[in-house]
Amino acid sequence: MDFTLNDEQQMFADTARTLLGDTCTPDHWHKMMEQGVAFDAARWAQIAGNGFTLLLLPEAAGGMGLTELDLALIAIEAGYVALPEPLAESAGVGAPLLASLAPEHPALADPAAIIAVAPAINPVVAHADVAAAILIEQDGRAYLVTPDQVSLTPAETIDPFRRLFRIEWDESKAEDLGPADWTLALDRASLFAAAQGLGLAQRAVDLAVAYAKDRMQFGKPIGSYQAVKHHLASAQTAIEFARPVVLAAAAEIGHADVHSRARVSEAKIVALEAAEKAARASIQVHGAMGYSWEVDVHLFLKRALALKAAWGTPAFHRSRVATRIFTQPLGADQTFARETEHA
Amino acid sequence: MDLTYTPEQQAFRAEVRAWLEAHVPTAPLEHYDATREGFEAHRQWEATLKSGDWGMVTWPREYGGRGLDLIQWLIFEEEYYRAGAPGRVNQNGIFLLGPTLMEFGTHEQKQRFLPPMASGEEIWAQAWSEPQAGSDLAGVRATAVREGDEYVLNGHKIWSSRAAFADWAFGLFREPGSERHKGMSLIFFRLDQEGVTRNPIRKINGHVGFAEIFLDNVRVPAFNRLGDEGQGWHICMATAGFERGLMLRSPARFQEAAAALAALWQSRKESCDPALEADVVRAHINAEAYALNIYQTASRLMAGAKIGPEASTNKIFWSEMDIHLHETALAILGAEAELLPPTGEHEWLDDYIFSLAGPIYAGSNEIQRNIIAERMLGLPR
Ligand SMILES: Cc1cc2nc3c(=O)[nH]c(=O)nc-3n(C[C@H](O)[C@H](O)[C@H](O)COP(=O)(O)OP(=O)(O)OC[C@H]3O[C@@H](n4cnc5c(N)ncnc54)[C@H](O)[C@@H]3O)c2cc1C
Repeated sequence: MDFTLNDEQQMFADTARTLLGDTCTPDHWHKMMEQGVAFDAARWAQIAGNGFTLLLLPEAAGGMGLTELDLALIAIEAGYVALPEPLAESAGVGAPLLASLAPEHPALADPAAIIAVAPAINPVVAHADVAAAILIEQDGRAYLVTPDQVSLTPAETIDPFRRLFRIEWDESKAEDLGPADWTLALDRASLFAAAQGLGLAQRAVDLAVAYAKDRMQFGKPIGSYQAVKHHLASAQTAIEFARPVVLAAAAEIGHADVHSRARVSEAKIVALEAAEKAARASIQVHGAMGYSWEVDVHLFLKRALALKAAWGTPAFHRSRVATRIFTQPLGADQTFARETEHA
Repeated sequence: MDLTYTPEQQAFRAEVRAWLEAHVPTAPLEHYDATREGFEAHRQWEATLKSGDWGMVTWPREYGGRGLDLIQWLIFEEEYYRAGAPGRVNQNGIFLLGPTLMEFGTHEQKQRFLPPMASGEEIWAQAWSEPQAGSDLAGVRATAVREGDEYVLNGHKIWSSRAAFADWAFGLFREPGSERHKGMSLIFFRLDQEGVTRNPIRKINGHVGFAEIFLDNVRVPAFNRLGDEGQGWHICMATAGFERGLMLRSPARFQEAAAALAALWQSRKESCDPALEADVVRAHINAEAYALNIYQTASRLMAGAKIGPEASTNKIFWSEMDIHLHETALAILGAEAELLPPTGEHEWLDDYIFSLAGPIYAGSNEIQRNIIAERMLGLPR
């Protein structure tokens, strides 16, 4: 039992923090919003160049064969900068899913190739238009298409950096890759959404802290007022208790049992709640500025709302936790229990 | 990161489980805060624990412990709550003063105070609060005047849990004329010694859970001072770190309560608002989140880290979680919730009432939020 990160994991997270922090700044957000785009090819090339898209791919498919925990640490950093590019969806869900079904697929040979996923649980597909491959769920099977084989209708979203499409497709034009582990895809997507939630939450708090130190009212910085402090302390508390759940979910996901699925669901619920709570606290602390387009807090609120409902609503994830509670032994000795131990 | 128990840890769990199964009293003891008899029955239980060397598992053997690490402590706690073993009447000693003594005490002090603490021979109370110094602990007025090898203590302490029946107290005293955080020392005194008067105070559940203490020229040897003279504030903050961050509330307590809540829900859900299931699930999620956080803290401390201001987030989290959990239980019990004695195997009503104290003791949650804002987030004072 050791609940700490190793040096290599810390190093990857540090590299991601620097790279994303340097390239995905408020200036970049504003430029992208002005241009109405949600994908920066240069940044994506850098992300791919650093190997982040290869992390979770098995070595046999040209990847690094690292774990969900390693990628989760990077997803936290992606959340912290409200990254528009589909690092979590493509590198965290699409690529390993494709590798499990068609390890020789040419899209896997290109680290910058985007692999989009259209699970039954989501009505829209992220980044489908720029994808080298799209995996569609139907009756538990996975169908492979390219954007030119389907009809994509852009779906507008409140998050300016989400690039979403409704998809119409024809089974006869798609390649049937056979039965796929959509539950694992859902677990991974939920986990990386939760990890991004941690980053979103911390950024929302950090933005508010910076503002509260500067903004003066009644002759004092507003951050010296207790009501302001307490909003942010509550948000930080939510973050502190979401983080270990996300890390544990990442470490346990491979067990693929009732316990690990419940843990992923717990992570998704608490991390995106923390993100929403932090974003709302941040808006409140910013006052009317927080309600304006100019101040970037809205990006964090919007992404939190989007990720909270994508890949299963809180009610869906609560039901997976309920399954664990009502079908498995409970109690103080069950924190790290595995289903097989009771089979 | 490795979230599996080693074979040694599993063997340890089995050993604890077997011992507890053989020794935990079959009939529940009267509460230690209810009567002197209840208190003494718990002292007897502490002695039984010590007979199996389970008094305080993380302390070195020479001080009455077992020399185990924090993960083993967590496993012990899990088994302890799972077995429904009696509450630890000496928690102020073993969980708060103990770790502080281990860090700041001399070898002689550890030898003198830790073994009888681990065996329940000497049960401790914490005498920090005063009528004028609650949240503002630096406003403590009780004094300690050095006379040769002794201190002479004077003052008025209050809200001291267990002090109605306990043997010893550790208190904050200041050098006369000193101010605020300076000039304070942490000093031990016996509660039955000359010059000490204690008046039991009843809690809202009617138990004599705490006491006020009057000190009138109480003489104690200088040996009873923990750490350097004038360093009391610094040392108390370390104790508060243990209290808030790790030991006062082990996760097992909430996990067992959440499991009991799930069972209560399953036995009564036919007659309840179905929306309550979300709260039952939430209670479980909270208890798990708390457990994972504490496992993470334990791992970090074992890797050499120290508890910092993030301990304040723990205090807020467990106290709010405890209230939510018990509110949910009362909602499931519905109109039966008010009945005495409390319904069911769990004392839901009593525990609900006690949960309301959580945001007050060990430093109120308002104070914890101030600490988080100022020391974790760096907001101005
Ligand atoms: C069950 C129980 C057991 C206890 N056991 C012990 C014990 O064993 N030993 C011991 O020494 N003490 C003990 N205490 C006392 C406890 O530590 C104090 O009650 C606590 O520190 C609050 O102090 P107070 O009661 O004087 O309240 P006050 O300090 O008077 O506070 C009253 C209210 O005002 C708020 N408040 C005060 N100052 C501020 C501020 N700066 N900003 C915002 N809000 C503020 C508080 O949060 C609280 O809500 C116990 C208390 C309880 C309820």
